Amino acid sequence: MSGPAPFPGDPPITPALVREHNLTADEYRHVEALLGRAPTFAELGIFSALWSEHCSYKHSKQVLRQFPTTGPQVVQGPGENAGVLRLPDGWAVAFKIESHNHPSAVEPYQGAATGAGGILRDVFTMGARPVALLNSLRFGDLADPRSRYLCAGVVRGIGDYGNCVGVPTLGGEVDFGASYAGNPLVNAMCVGLVRERDLIRAAARGVGNVLVVVGSRTGRDGIHGASFASEELTHDSEQRRPQVQVGDPFTEKLLLEASLELIASGHIVAIQDMGAAGLTSSSAEMAARGGVGVEIDLSLVPTREPGMTPYEILLSESQERMLVVAKPDRLAQVAAIAAKWELTATPIGRVTDDGMYRARWGDQTVAEIPGKRLVEDCPVYDPAAQEDPRIAELRRAQPPPASHLPPPDEVLLRLLDYPAIASKRWVYEQYDSTVQASTVFGPGGDAGVIRVRDAEFGIAVTVDGNSRYVRLDPYEGGKAAVAEAARNVACSGARPLGITDCLNFGSPERPEVFYQFREACRGIADACRALGTPVTGGNVSFYNESPTGAVDPTPVVGMVGLLARIDRAVPSHASAPGDVVFVLGETRAELGGSALWEALHGFKGGTPPRVDLAAERRLVDYLVTGAERGLFRSAHDCSQGGLGVALAEVAMGGPYQENGLGLEIDLSSYSRLTAAEVLFSESQARAVITCAPERAAAALALAQELGVPAYRAGTVGERNGTVRITLRNAESRHPVGQLRDVYFNAIPRRMGD
Amino acid sequence: MPRVAVVVFPGSNCDADTLAAARAAGCDAYYVWHRDTDLQRADVVVLPGGFSYGDYLRSGAIARFSPVMASVAAHARAGGPVLGICNGFQILCEAGLLPGGLMRNARQRFLSRPAWVRVESTDTPFTRLYQVGEVLELPIAHGDGRYVADPGTTAELEAGDRVVWRYVRDNPNGSTNEIAGICNAGRNVVGIMPHPERRNAPVLGGPDGARVFLSMEARNATQHAVDVRAVGDRHLRV
Repeated sequence: MSGPAPFPGDPPITPALVREHNLTADEYRHVEALLGRAPTFAELGIFSALWSEHCSYKHSKQVLRQFPTTGPQVVQGPGENAGVLRLPDGWAVAFKIESHNHPSAVEPYQGAATGAGGILRDVFTMGARPVALLNSLRFGDLADPRSRYLCAGVVRGIGDYGNCVGVPTLGGEVDFGASYAGNPLVNAMCVGLVRERDLIRAAARGVGNVLVVVGSRTGRDGIHGASFASEELTHDSEQRRPQVQVGDPFTEKLLLEASLELIASGHIVAIQDMGAAGLTSSSAEMAARGGVGVEIDLSLVPTREPGMTPYEILLSESQERMLVVAKPDRLAQVAAIAAKWELTATPIGRVTDDGMYRARWGDQTVAEIPGKRLVEDCPVYDPAAQEDPRIAELRRAQPPPASHLPPPDEVLLRLLDYPAIASKRWVYEQYDSTVQASTVFGPGGDAGVIRVRDAEFGIAVTVDGNSRYVRLDPYEGGKAAVAEAARNVACSGARPLGITDCLNFGSPERPEVFYQFREACRGIADACRALGTPVTGGNVSFYNESPTGAVDPTPVVGMVGLLARIDRAVPSHASAPGDVVFVLGETRAELGGSALWEALHGFKGGTPPRVDLAAERRLVDYLVTGAERGLFRSAHDCSQGGLGVALAEVAMGGPYQENGLGLEIDLSSYSRLTAAEVLFSESQARAVITCAPERAAAALALAQELGVPAYRAGTVGERNGTVRITLRNAESRHPVGQLRDVYFNAIPRRMGD
Repeated sequence: MPRVAVVVFPGSNCDADTLAAARAAGCDAYYVWHRDTDLQRADVVVLPGGFSYGDYLRSGAIARFSPVMASVAAHARAGGPVLGICNGFQILCEAGLLPGGLMRNARQRFLSRPAWVRVESTDTPFTRLYQVGEVLELPIAHGDGRYVADPGTTAELEAGDRVVWRYVRDNPNGSTNEIAGICNAGRNVVGIMPHPERRNAPVLGGPDGARVFLSMEARNATQHAVDVRAVGDRHLRV
């Protein structure tokens, strides 16, 4: 067989063409050296995809190495389609978070829908059945019509996809800020359950085994999606719309069932989603993991339209396709399983022993690259990092004097109406949260909780991130993201097990951005070590920039926790009049980066709260132990908007309750702080619990034993009662119905409902 | 033990939940694939929720042409109990086994939340263990849940005591006469928009939906039915 030759119609390789493929001159020289010749057009496309930031992690690899990735609970760390943690009784949980920011910026509905589709495939290709979806979204101010359009489109896209596939959305977070107006963030997380012995990995093995494409035909959509995700958004990005893939959740559901059946059948040895960079990355990565070569005949790939070139087939990101490595004598069985689910299974190549990544068109070789080097020789960068001096200044800045603040009861209403804090009911109502009939707690509380059928245990899941803190102090902000996720999981009674992270930043080639990235990762790493929650994988999304600048640095942490006894799960809201209310943790004068300063003064500065990881660990231990002993009626994390908002949320309950409960709270002994600081400071390592009166003494004793400050702050009042918080020289007092009205209608009102 | 066939269309996604709920209620439940025409001596047929055929064209519009549907129709004509939940309800309407149809929600959006329904009739194979007037909390999750029928049909349903469940507190999707579920004139074919299979145990927030499935069993095992009525649903394990 001859070496690779240009395909008829291929353009000549010029420096301009190389630049269009997002390869630097140095990287291109590296390609030539690796091949010992100039690449063909198809090969240029392959390198462009696999050496894109999205696939290669070339700017982030060095930094990510500091993450703790091991522990007795880790079955599969980073490097696979999804991370896997061990659960009791032979079960394991596979989970991962991924971004779909750039596609969603130009086509919100399809961009978000295919983001959900991709993350589902990452989980079910491990052999796990997806049991939960979560998402973390960032948009510009809802006063801006385009932000409303993006928000509505993204939510509908995620909903239509997840609802159709039949995986419940159990939680998420939505935040708003000017920096996201031109570049919204859409991060989707999927959680799946699998018997540990049934796990399958995406490593091609066995010379002579056959590569089979299962699922949709390959079209011209999404070509260069991976490289598109690795550049900044510009005014011309609208023209990228054809590069956004189109999702078909119905085919996804069939593919899910077919994949799980194929895996269970034993007829296949490996399976991988054809995600970013499509056939190219799936085949090259599977070969590299298995230490083998592959040979593909592109003319065999079923296409949606005639006349597609090898280049297009290699780089298409058409959705709902899987690459399967099957035993050669089982092809008929593989085809039969696919046919049962109304899908086609087409053999397109085989595993070879020469380590080469080879693509042919019939007899003509169009690409031939040493496989391991293609995946592993991508240049790695160690970019310059330098804090922006303006941020250091902002940290020291003071807001307008507190005397300009309205009285605390009015501030509380303003914060409950602030979109970052207000109920996200308008969003999560559009996601099916109860399909699979296992939802114990859906969205709207601290963590989503599901049962595992026929098991005593359950799992709790959450996603969290606060870019306000990260922007001002990326190290503390990174710690805070992990700490908040752990508190949310622990409030439900679950022990935090591990995390997946989605790191959304601007261009790593700018020192001030890379500084944010490096420091935030250091914070995440330290917090994960302290809390015993290893990182099992995730996603780096750089180049989140629009003509107005980079997005605020937004690391998002997705966490999974284990509830040893599902019947002991603790809800977020008070439910019984007369119960005792405890405030856990220490409240300090920490208003830097707070929702209060942003919502009331438009001021986004100051020193954000310090995260005392030892205190967080004690709080988590307390919440989990107390839940196991059945001491709490409710537990709720204290985060944005501080104690004032947390107490209001405990009282208001969920959106569908007929009414909330009153609270009678006395915080007048917090004498060293101002009223604003007591109510709205965002000190970390805090939570609010309610206990039946007969359990209060035991709850307090356990707090003392575990070293958690616990303050008996008052009692739960009557249904539809008054939420009264007494301070040293002020009072906040509202009928709970009024709080509910403001909190639950803030976003519908802005979305024009 | 009644034999309960749960029909699986491509795109069904509540099939496993429905099967599990029927089994938890003591039924001998099994799947029937949409291409099969043999219901395997089913006593009861259930069309589960989901997005059959992706709900492309119109919810339930393609599923009714599935080979299995002729058998389901024959079972119904013979007086056999048929229950359609959510997308299954849509399919029964599209197939003409129930009158009226389900249109886009009044607010034009998918809606997932709890709903409250009052039991209006216990004279069906799926509600015999409830009491008229009982209010149940059941989840809804649908984009096309607004029940509509022409005024003549609606009047017939009301006059014939064929509205089986009705939304109370609020009407989440704008359904005519707050209708959440109906039955045919023979009372053996029943459609419901909310999901009883998602709320059949205390760990899921309550057992309100369990008796839909226990009712199937009660048809055969009356003593069990009496027990259930006596002790409520507490005998159900988590």
